[in-house]
Amino acid sequence: MGRSERRFPLRLDVQRGAVDMTHGSGGRAMAQLVDELFKRHLDNDLLRQGNDQALFLPPPGRLVISTDGHVISPVFFPGGDIGCLSVHGTINDVAMAGARPLYLAAGFILEEGLPLADLARVVESMARAANAAGVPVVTGDTKVVERGKADGVFVTTTGVGVVPDGVTISGDLARPGDRILVSGSMGDHGVAVMSKRENLGFETEIESDTAALHGLVAAMVEAVPGIHCLRDPTRGGLATTLNELAQQSGVGMEIRESAIPVHPEVVAACELLGLDPLYVANEGKLVAICAPEDAEPLLRAMHSHPLGIGAAIIGEATEDPHQFVQMETGFGGQRIVDWLAGEQLPRIC
Amino acid sequence: MKYVDDFRDQSLARRLARALAAEAEQGREYRLMEFCGGHTHAIFRYGVQDLMPANVRFVHGPGCPVCVLPTARIDQAIALTESHGVTLCTYADLMRVPGGDRRSLLKAKAQGADVRMVYSTQDALALARANPGRRVVFFAIGFETTTPPTAVALRQARAEELANFSVFCNHVLTPPALRTILASDAPDAVSIDGILGPSHVSTVIGSRPYEFVPRDFAKPVVIAGFEPLDVMQSALMLVRQLNERRCEVENQYTRAVTPEGNRKAQALMDETFALRESFEWRGLGRLPCSALRIADTYSKLDAERRFPVGLGESRQVKGCECPSILRGVKRPTDCKLFGTACTPENPMGSCMVSSEGACAAYWTYGRFRALQATEPGRAA
Amino acid sequence: MCLAIPAKVVAIDAAADQATVALGGVSKQVSLALVDDVAPGDYVLVHVGYALNTICPEEAERTLAIIAEAGAALEGSV
Repeated sequence: MGRSERRFPLRLDVQRGAVDMTHGSGGRAMAQLVDELFKRHLDNDLLRQGNDQALFLPPPGRLVISTDGHVISPVFFPGGDIGCLSVHGTINDVAMAGARPLYLAAGFILEEGLPLADLARVVESMARAANAAGVPVVTGDTKVVERGKADGVFVTTTGVGVVPDGVTISGDLARPGDRILVSGSMGDHGVAVMSKRENLGFETEIESDTAALHGLVAAMVEAVPGIHCLRDPTRGGLATTLNELAQQSGVGMEIRESAIPVHPEVVAACELLGLDPLYVANEGKLVAICAPEDAEPLLRAMHSHPLGIGAAIIGEATEDPHQFVQMETGFGGQRIVDWLAGEQLPRIC
Repeated sequence: MKYVDDFRDQSLARRLARALAAEAEQGREYRLMEFCGGHTHAIFRYGVQDLMPANVRFVHGPGCPVCVLPTARIDQAIALTESHGVTLCTYADLMRVPGGDRRSLLKAKAQGADVRMVYSTQDALALARANPGRRVVFFAIGFETTTPPTAVALRQARAEELANFSVFCNHVLTPPALRTILASDAPDAVSIDGILGPSHVSTVIGSRPYEFVPRDFAKPVVIAGFEPLDVMQSALMLVRQLNERRCEVENQYTRAVTPEGNRKAQALMDETFALRESFEWRGLGRLPCSALRIADTYSKLDAERRFPVGLGESRQVKGCECPSILRGVKRPTDCKLFGTACTPENPMGSCMVSSEGACAAYWTYGRFRALQATEPGRAA
Repeated sequence: MCLAIPAKVVAIDAAADQATVALGGVSKQVSLALVDDVAPGDYVLVHVGYALNTICPEEAERTLAIIAEAGAALEGSV
């Protein structure tokens, strides 16, 4: 007989039950939710210890820590959900320092009335993503807020990792002449999520590209330990990430539109809505900047990894006091790729 | 994408560039006004100017319905939600336009106003049907391209007796605005040699309504398609007309524009709208017979009649050059506020907040040019 | 003016006066209230959820051909 069956006479009704305020009160109902839903799926040694914290001996090296809040709506979208997204997102932030991710912590804010079936689906998805990545969720927290105060569920994940010796990757290390690479097609995640938003009403086969990139990063760092910069272009898209890096490093950039991989369906969806794919979010791609002589070896290493098959060199860093990201358009003219102003809204004009 | 990619082809662009370079007469300036904000956006987004000879220049026109909407109309729309508690449906383009006191629909929404972004008038109708207890108002803007969709909504709402739906109408007309620009005898009026006519307005109204331009102003018109190759070919056609001293309305966008236009759409507009005696245009002043109101037979669907809201004065920020920029008299870089007090994040005037306004287009895609012009030796 | 995109009519729902149009693998419902005699296989301009006009394939070809001719005679010269 399992421990939870002695503690809780009635099993949690995952099929038809819903989150209510008692699940956040710290009492028996909450303990049962944690046991039968969270711990059951996320199961690992540290979590089984049952403490409010997880104790571990860090391996040698410099430690990296990162955190992300996830408030995505809808919670379930083509190709993923808030569960796997939160796991991948934080693993990626840690990996962008060149670090090997070790553990995750997860905080949940649940809205009163959230069906337990949905919550179970999210947590199962998190567990699958964490297991596949080899990065367990070792501690967590749950709170419940009244109906209307959260979009179903908000998740915050924090990750720790360790950076091997000899690796220093940072956004301020790009130098004029460096090559700029992307790991694959841009704009998939944003378009997949937008296609589910009712009032934009279009159908597409595009799925979110949400993925854990630490394996790709490890392969890249092995081939080119001297990579200068890594960043994943999430909110605000490739354009925002390039502008951030340009500003941090004090360089300009020159990129070629025809070199940037974008799925035809993403191009089409953006055309229909008057959006620019360069500003649409990605959740399974990265931008890399390296010395010119390292570009080809780095590209080869990316191509040999499943998550880097579509990798491409898209441009160079330049000497530019204005730190502009300039682009040669597919048409043959020039424009700058600016910071995103406000939120990208579909236009009629 | 068929009919899109073909008209963005780089090698064809180079051919047109060669033809333009060969045919534009040395020492002669060709100033071509692209009336439509969508063309302004395309020119900057694709960098079309880089493929044109230096003596063929684009002058940006006022054909951006967001840019010519006076701030008082934004204030009225916000007042509708605050004083009358309506649910206001709007196209995304209007969400960030600052009103008279710098409040936008987006800011009003953050403060509790019921403002909903919609992609289509059909969405607004659906919202009204699904919420019979709410009074739903659709904030209608646009030139003749966007007017027929509002006409359809009015007709459907009346047929369905959708009592809780109405329209706040700000539709404006292209020919009167064009006439105002060309007729201007103000000392700073810009000299224009030819007009690139709007693409999609023309699919609705046809090419005939532009005949007054050669007739009354002796300037050639070429109705231009929406893609960058269309824009370049149209520029070439204007250059040829000017070289050959011809002066007529030519249609480059023959795949979508006919002389008569879309009769069905025109009939719907005639049924549901009437001409306003006059209407204030930001930057162009009060123009007679230049805008539409809802027809008397549809008065129950006219938000201005159902929800009276005082029309305040339109205020302009000191130093804002939108009026001159809209008439093509000044360039974005001539405005002291450009890039300092006025940026897309903090727009002072409509030319910056609409992605088709000349200022926004120039800032977002082209401001590196001004800086490079002052730094000799830098490659463009 | 204004953003209107060419898309291919894939299916017609005459009762609802709507069509399904497709562009590069993305499909959308649009209203046919502003056009007449549209058939699957036709191309229409889509603007704010409406088919605004049909596109004439012959004219499109002709326009591209004229563009291709321009400057073709100059090819090979500086």
